[in-house]
Amino acid sequence: MVAASSVEMRKVNKYYDKFQALKDIDLSILPGKVTCLIGPSGSGKSTLLRCINFLEEYDSGEVRIDGQLIGYDAPNKKMSGRKLREMRRSIGMVFQQFNLWPHMTARENVAEGLIRVRRMSKAEAQRRAAEALVKVGLADKMENHPSRLSGGQQQRVAIARALAMEPKLMLFDEPTSALDPELVGEVLSVMRTLASEGMTMVVVTHEMGFAAHVADQVGFMEKGELVGVDSPDRILHRPEDARIQSFLRTYHERNSF
Amino acid sequence: MEWSVFQQYGPSLLRGFGNTIICWALGTVFAMALGLVIALIQRYAPRWVTWFVQAYIEVIRGTPFLVQLFVLYYGGPLVGLRLDALPAGLLGLTIYGSPYFAEIFRSGFRAVPHGQIEAARAIGMAETDIVRRILLPLGLVSSLPALVNFSIILTKETVILSIITVPELLYQVQRMSAETFRYVEANLVLALFFWGLVETISRVGRRLETRITKHLIERT
Repeated sequence: MVAASSVEMRKVNKYYDKFQALKDIDLSILPGKVTCLIGPSGSGKSTLLRCINFLEEYDSGEVRIDGQLIGYDAPNKKMSGRKLREMRRSIGMVFQQFNLWPHMTARENVAEGLIRVRRMSKAEAQRRAAEALVKVGLADKMENHPSRLSGGQQQRVAIARALAMEPKLMLFDEPTSALDPELVGEVLSVMRTLASEGMTMVVVTHEMGFAAHVADQVGFMEKGELVGVDSPDRILHRPEDARIQSFLRTYHERNSF
Repeated sequence: MEWSVFQQYGPSLLRGFGNTIICWALGTVFAMALGLVIALIQRYAPRWVTWFVQAYIEVIRGTPFLVQLFVLYYGGPLVGLRLDALPAGLLGLTIYGSPYFAEIFRSGFRAVPHGQIEAARAIGMAETDIVRRILLPLGLVSSLPALVNFSIILTKETVILSIITVPELLYQVQRMSAETFRYVEANLVLALFFWGLVETISRVGRRLETRITKHLIERT
């Protein structure tokens, strides 16, 4: 079991000029639990996720990691860069577009954070990077640059890069949406393992199967609102809210043939 | 055509060409360095600082190099800046080239996908490390063709240094022409020298480009 964080969001609002991207978001995530966020595109799922590590700056409300407010020292008083970086060290993030650094090999991508942020020696960082890459099944691809890896392999390097930092919370922003269908499985299986090890995970996804089988709770978002948060069964199989029903109907229609 | 004059003037032309190369190389390096600093200021400094820098860019880009050089060399002593021809020429090239290089770097930085910067922020990397390890290497790669291109343009701007008596190639060519009346021959030689220099630079540039983009190109 790994040390795992909790996340508390209270009345979180986010505006882009006049457009309200997040409306009074309340969300509790217990340590070691997996939360999946689903909903139509543009509904604010990614924005919500990105508020958790303050890549997106929320305008009001609170986001707390293990009880500690992130991004602000007090309302309207931004946290110092140093403090924010300190908090981000224990929050891993995986992006839709992988965002590997193309001028570094897989191993260098993973080692970079260990060297610059955790101040490890090069040798130690390289050793840990290798371990992390073995864990995601890429023992034979360590010296490859991202341009020589498939999408699925790149995403697994990105996961290893986050895991090597020994985070207590992992954020996944549509981690399989940019992948060819046959490569989705390898990434999901790494995520499943991670979940079973007790990592706190927040996953924005369109993979309903993953949400149904792995998530402890599923949140449905629409137009910046968190319409419902409940067990996967209650959201995905017996939704009461008409908006969720309609979303799932569209989803099933698209995926049936 | 009369080529025998080159027996007498060859050595001074070669010296001139040597000076041209020195002026170009140093001027380019200094201008590039200053341009890089300007581009980083533009990206990270507070707004009122970037406003001053932007004004500098506009003024330098908006005025002829010839005029800048005159002001620097003949106007400088009026405010206590007394420089020899060569240092004045180098300083002039540096000032003249810097805003163009700054713009090249700026667009190179913009070409670095934002996600790659965010990935670094997400693991808690400090902004200085992000610049050093991510932004600079990737930004430089996408700037390279434009950097080489402007360096080539600068080779030919060095001839303007002749008006403040820097003994570079054009200066020597003009002296030879005035003494021998062999204008055509002298200028042909000048053209050949420059062509050779530019050809060399562009070849080196292309090699460099292939080498450093080797890993960055997606193989399909």
